[in-house]
Amino acid sequence: MRRARLGFWLFLAPVLAWLVLLIVLPHLDLLVMSLRSGSGSRASWTLQNYANFFGEPIYWLTFVRTAMYSVITTAITFLLAMPVAFYIAKVARVRLQGFLLTLLLLPFWVSELVRIYGWMILLRESGVVNFALLKLGLADAPVEMLYNDATMIMGLVYTSMLFMVVPLVSAVESLDDSLIEAAHDLGAGRAAIWWRIILPHCKPGITSGAIVVFMLCLGNYLTPNLMGGKNSLWFTEQIYNQFIASFNWNQGAAFGFLLLALSSAIIWIGLKITGQKLGEVAS
Amino acid sequence: MIRTLPNSRAYSWSYAAFVVLYFVFLFAPLAVTCVLAFNDSNFPSLPWYGFSLDWFASPGPERVGILHDAQNLRAIWTSFQTAFWVSIMTVVVGTCAAFLFEQENFPLKGALYFLMLAPLVIPGVILGISQLLAANTAGFFIEDTFGLDVPFLRPSFWLVVLGQFSFITTFVTLVVSARLRKFDRTLEEAALNLGANRWQVIRHITLPYLRPAIVGAGTVAFLMSFENFNTTLFLVGSEPTLPINLYLQVRDGSTPVINAISLLLIVGSSILAVANLWVSRKA
Amino acid sequence: MENDLSVSRLVKRFGEFTAVDDVSFDVPAGSFFSILGPSGCGKTTMLRMVAGFEEPTSGTIAIRGRDMARVAPNRRPVNLVFQHLALFPMMNVARNIAFGLERRGTPRAEIARRVERTLERVGLPGFGSKEIAQLSGGQKQRVAIARCLVLEPSVLLLDEPLGALDLKLREQMKVELKKLQAKVGTTFIYITHDQSEALVMSDAVAVMNKGRFEQVGSPQELYGDPATPFVAGFVGDSNIWEGTVRECSGQRAVIGTDEGFAFEARRRGACAPGSAVRLFLRPEAMRIEPADASGLNTFRATVKALLFDGANSRLLTVTPAEHELLVTLPQNRRFDHIRPGQEITLGWHPDSGVCFRREGGDA
Repeated sequence: MRRARLGFWLFLAPVLAWLVLLIVLPHLDLLVMSLRSGSGSRASWTLQNYANFFGEPIYWLTFVRTAMYSVITTAITFLLAMPVAFYIAKVARVRLQGFLLTLLLLPFWVSELVRIYGWMILLRESGVVNFALLKLGLADAPVEMLYNDATMIMGLVYTSMLFMVVPLVSAVESLDDSLIEAAHDLGAGRAAIWWRIILPHCKPGITSGAIVVFMLCLGNYLTPNLMGGKNSLWFTEQIYNQFIASFNWNQGAAFGFLLLALSSAIIWIGLKITGQKLGEVAS
Repeated sequence: MIRTLPNSRAYSWSYAAFVVLYFVFLFAPLAVTCVLAFNDSNFPSLPWYGFSLDWFASPGPERVGILHDAQNLRAIWTSFQTAFWVSIMTVVVGTCAAFLFEQENFPLKGALYFLMLAPLVIPGVILGISQLLAANTAGFFIEDTFGLDVPFLRPSFWLVVLGQFSFITTFVTLVVSARLRKFDRTLEEAALNLGANRWQVIRHITLPYLRPAIVGAGTVAFLMSFENFNTTLFLVGSEPTLPINLYLQVRDGSTPVINAISLLLIVGSSILAVANLWVSRKA
Repeated sequence: MENDLSVSRLVKRFGEFTAVDDVSFDVPAGSFFSILGPSGCGKTTMLRMVAGFEEPTSGTIAIRGRDMARVAPNRRPVNLVFQHLALFPMMNVARNIAFGLERRGTPRAEIARRVERTLERVGLPGFGSKEIAQLSGGQKQRVAIARCLVLEPSVLLLDEPLGALDLKLREQMKVELKKLQAKVGTTFIYITHDQSEALVMSDAVAVMNKGRFEQVGSPQELYGDPATPFVAGFVGDSNIWEGTVRECSGQRAVIGTDEGFAFEARRRGACAPGSAVRLFLRPEAMRIEPADASGLNTFRATVKALLFDGANSRLLTVTPAEHELLVTLPQNRRFDHIRPGQEITLGWHPDSGVCFRREGGDA
């Protein structure tokens, strides 16, 4: 028995060190830092950092904007991914399924930066799409397609697509074909089958996909920064500015904590609505 | 609807067309990036001036191919080292965590498990800043108390490794746990019954069983680390990793050398992806 | 009598493979019709064509005289009880049963009334608010049937719905299904690989093999008067001898078996002395130590083992040539003295054995 206890401690020690030193303490420090002003011996407790957030419209507007756009992105991602997932799981010929699924995953093994870069050389003023439009005579002068909100949302959808498609494919796959056949046999049309059978069945997959996509959008920095315009401010950019440009770590910490609170709250609500546990969604 | 239900021809065709368009959407940016890496032009754009390997092999001074681009080569090497250490550390600690959560029982296990999942839902930017803050606080504390200067607590190579380690370990834990859960514990009991001790059981029975999951998780950890941007952004010191270095170049205007690097990344990650798939198929 | 379903010259090919090969049959209204066959014989394909989930390669399917070609599954007056039932887990029992009526736009009050009435008919009154996961295997079965019956289909198709149940429940459901069909009067078409299910429940059974119907008839006909060697072998247990025809007389033939017995038996098909035949004999057709052996085929065999199984008990015997034969052992205590190793005389009437010309020739 003593040996077995030794094993337990050997497993526990590194895990505890990881979680306490790299997860718990840093986030406590984040909270503490956000409630302080100044640094070193001149530091004092204050709520000023949070007051700044609510007092300055550019801050909270960016925050709301980030949240809204993340919701929109999540919705669009779902609308695009659902038919594709259904096609792969139920419509495509069985031999094609594995191939399509592999094809689907492949782009997401490539760095996000490379993917964004690809969109940039496609869409910018001197980009490939403009070149084609001019050649085909569909445009008289090059159109700048980058640096606006629509493009930014498309970029976010593209970046987070994988995390929606994969849970959806496995959710649809786990639906027994005979349920759909039975519904059809009992007289259900396409809409009724979707609403009454497929979507209710896929609810857990939809939730986990939506949560992950939402969180990734909220915390994304690259896509809004490279594809969004000057006025497409994203909240992560505010955090970056506070930390790196203004060197105001206390303010940055407050922003960081607010973003963390928002994403945790949304995830919590999502889990509550659908009655799931974080552990289930993670697996 | 599904394969077995009658569909109108128009419906089937338009559905298939939608899926094809989706895949075009998925691959267009990558394809364009790869093709333009070979364009004999000073800009990553059309028109096509002919095939050239300049952006891979040209020694400069006008065009500097990736093989002669000291700065980018250094960044690639840094990323390699980072990813190497991160994958080793995450695999060791992640496997410990898998054993801890799947095979041990202890008070507060549920709470610790929840904590283990937390990095999944903390945006990468927040992880980055909170670790930056914590390292900074720790650095101050050590300097004040012991008068020692600990260089790696400032933005540096090892801080990046720790930052990435802190969340990638969660993924490794989940992958290894999933396989460990399917493990037939009677095999262990049989080995114990035949006179093996706990360590021999783990070494000869459990670890060989887990190997495909460990190799797969290690590969994914390597790629995640190699491509990480959000967390790294705040922790990076004087040695930028490849994504950071690419970001700076893309933001400030780019030459097709980025296409060349992207192509190498795409080929590299695809090979890893397929290899990983192959390993997990065999498992 | 009017036919609810009539199928004629139905063919279904998947590429090179012919799943259903020129099948024709009629099912009279109100009857319980089974299609019995081993897995892969094409019976599921057959059923799915009737339901509309597969398109026939050629041939016609008519339900109550109406041709079903190019009629979608949801427009056919048939409903299917799926192999694994396909109850919707996201709805409760009442919602499952109401599903089809809701699709037809039946008024709510009417739906509620009919759902409750159907639940009563299948013996589950008041079960409407239960979740599917709360039901036992037999209850799920009945909900799946209720879900179809509430739509009052002309024909109810059942795809081995008892397959997933354990043995005891299966025995019980067989009787229940038969009673339910008699009560509601709907035509049932039932497919199964379990001969006992088919024999117990059906008015008529079609035995299917390799995409063709071998024989269609009442359970008694199939068992007592099999038309082909496949039916003789597949329906019920049989002892088999290989042999050659020595002489033919009327409906009978004298057969010399390969191990040297000479037996007289009924014959099927043409008779030619010298042709190779296979002789089938039911275990219960054999009489142990017959008092009056006149007119019987008799031979000696050694008891190898006693296979006691209540009313289903048998003797495993071997002939001198090591040919194993099963013999029904009546449980009337007359044969309690029989022990393994003992030699006994067995006898059987020529009418209870049937021989078929062997595939592949006269060698």
